[in-house]
Amino acid sequence: MKIRLTNVVKEFQTFRAVHGVSLDIESGELVALLGPSGSGKTTILRMVAGLEYADGGAIYFGEENATDIPVRERGVGFVFQHYALFPHMTVGENIAFGMKVSKVKRSPEAIAKRVAELLDLVQLGGLKDRFPGQISGGQRQRVALARALAVDPRVLLLDEPFGALDANVRRDLRRWLRKIHDELGITTLFVTHDQEEALDLADRVVILNKGKIVQEGTPETVCRNPADAFVMNFLGDANRLDADIRGGKAYVDGVAFEAGGVADGGGQILFRPADVTWHEEGQGIAAKIVRVIDRPDSRRVLALTGSGQPVEFDTAPEFPYGKGEEGFLDIRRPRAYPAA
Amino acid sequence: MAHHGKGKPPRVGDNPVFRRTLLAFVLVLVALMIVAPLVVIAVEAFSRGVGYFAASIADPDTRHAILLTVVTALIAVPVNTAFGVAAAWAITKHDFRGKRLLTVVIELPFSVSPIVAGVSYLFVYGLQGLFGPALQSAEIKILFALPGIVLASMFVTAPFVARELIPLMQAQGRDLEEAATSLGASGWRTFFSVTLPNIKWALLYGVVLCNSRVMGEFGAVSVVSGNIRGQTNTLPLHIELLYHDYNAAGSFAAASILAGLAIVTLIAKVALERQGAGRVQRPSQLAGADSITRR
Repeated sequence: MKIRLTNVVKEFQTFRAVHGVSLDIESGELVALLGPSGSGKTTILRMVAGLEYADGGAIYFGEENATDIPVRERGVGFVFQHYALFPHMTVGENIAFGMKVSKVKRSPEAIAKRVAELLDLVQLGGLKDRFPGQISGGQRQRVALARALAVDPRVLLLDEPFGALDANVRRDLRRWLRKIHDELGITTLFVTHDQEEALDLADRVVILNKGKIVQEGTPETVCRNPADAFVMNFLGDANRLDADIRGGKAYVDGVAFEAGGVADGGGQILFRPADVTWHEEGQGIAAKIVRVIDRPDSRRVLALTGSGQPVEFDTAPEFPYGKGEEGFLDIRRPRAYPAA
Repeated sequence: MAHHGKGKPPRVGDNPVFRRTLLAFVLVLVALMIVAPLVVIAVEAFSRGVGYFAASIADPDTRHAILLTVVTALIAVPVNTAFGVAAAWAITKHDFRGKRLLTVVIELPFSVSPIVAGVSYLFVYGLQGLFGPALQSAEIKILFALPGIVLASMFVTAPFVARELIPLMQAQGRDLEEAATSLGASGWRTFFSVTLPNIKWALLYGVVLCNSRVMGEFGAVSVVSGNIRGQTNTLPLHIELLYHDYNAAGSFAAASILAGLAIVTLIAKVALERQGAGRVQRPSQLAGADSITRR
């Protein structure tokens, strides 16, 4: 089922507002809504589900305008951040709930059969008669997914699906969810504030800031060509240096960088800590090492440029320099943007 | 305390002297304030023998008072339960203007003296009151009759159920209801198969409190009932009447019935809890809410 949002608006007194978001999600696509807290990503997801009504704009499911269809009839599977499993029902009863309340009457045998299939799908065969309080967080997450899939939703929506789990459980579940999605081919939209999760799992990433879409594209596109300084910063560690833009070049402490397409005036350049090489002398921006932090696979160096701006970069574990030593920063792949 | 255990300092609050003192203090107060009066009621009720006790209970006025109290509870408790559930549902699961004000207003009967409530009912429904003339011309009798007694009892006990439910339902949030609805459940279905099972112990506790208070309410009812013996006297009012008649044994006999009703209510509550509690291991997910339910 293709989903289309056209200029969707939601006003709140608080920060969760959404200001005119338009978005197309192709049938069978797995899309991540990525943004910091308060960027409106969960509000968008809840509007697609019908748990929240849009104050403006429209939401289409295929050709059908779903904007005013109540959540009960919208046919979405929603997985809540904290799973929202019914605590007084067993795992099996939780999964069966949607089929029991459905207008489409099913025999108890048919429901039991479907529950067994879904439990197999989420690899929880033996846990049918447990209560949610008796299983682990990762298992609850999978029960929640099975429960949402039981009603044969047109669209699967997940709110921070791995937010409440341990890091290693998270990674396993991520790969597993991708596998399930590939098997079922159901259009899936999920919300996350974790860029690694979004890049790892999604076909397409939609990055939000302050209730607006700032960039959308494949993980490769957003990683290689961040649309602005916010995206660059949000996707990973980035250094930022003030620059003067003149004639397609960005000047920092007298060193010129490529800045095609950026208007003359105040600007900034951003670059990743891995894209810096330290030279004792020669080319680059003059800097002085302030501190060296040791990590299992590298050394992170904290330095100050000649004009007093901090820069962090990663070096090999054998990096021989220490606090107080002076040298030059050779920066690769810098990206120039207008001043914020 | 230097030689406590194997030289380790005692844990906070784990001082035996402090523990014993605390326990003794509580036990003495319980004995003086709660147990002694209950024992006195039982002893005094039978002070002139079982025969006199039976005769006191069999007295038509006493029987009528018991009946009136039970009828009042049978009306007021279900109505207030429905009100409490509706109010708690509205306040915790919906957003609307004046929500805070409503919360405060619901709690008002707790802080208003029951006598004040009774007197205000006089001003609203009494002959010189707001609706008095209209009610009289329609020949509807509210004051000095069952409706007045029920209304006054309901006023006093309005907050009981809602107050038990609101904190619990707030802690539970809206996720469960949203999940049920997104799976296609109707509002009623969601309420009965998702909301109610998760609030039932708090609800039961609220109902028990509400019931005890309705049966025992004295102040507000005494103003609106008119104290007509055999007609508008509830059990608490009747106890006072007997006492003023210098019929101490009779009054204690009636009091023992009231205490008995309270004990029956408590037993019913415990029995219901036992029956339900065996089934579900309550999950850690609602750990916060849990502690509210299981008093």
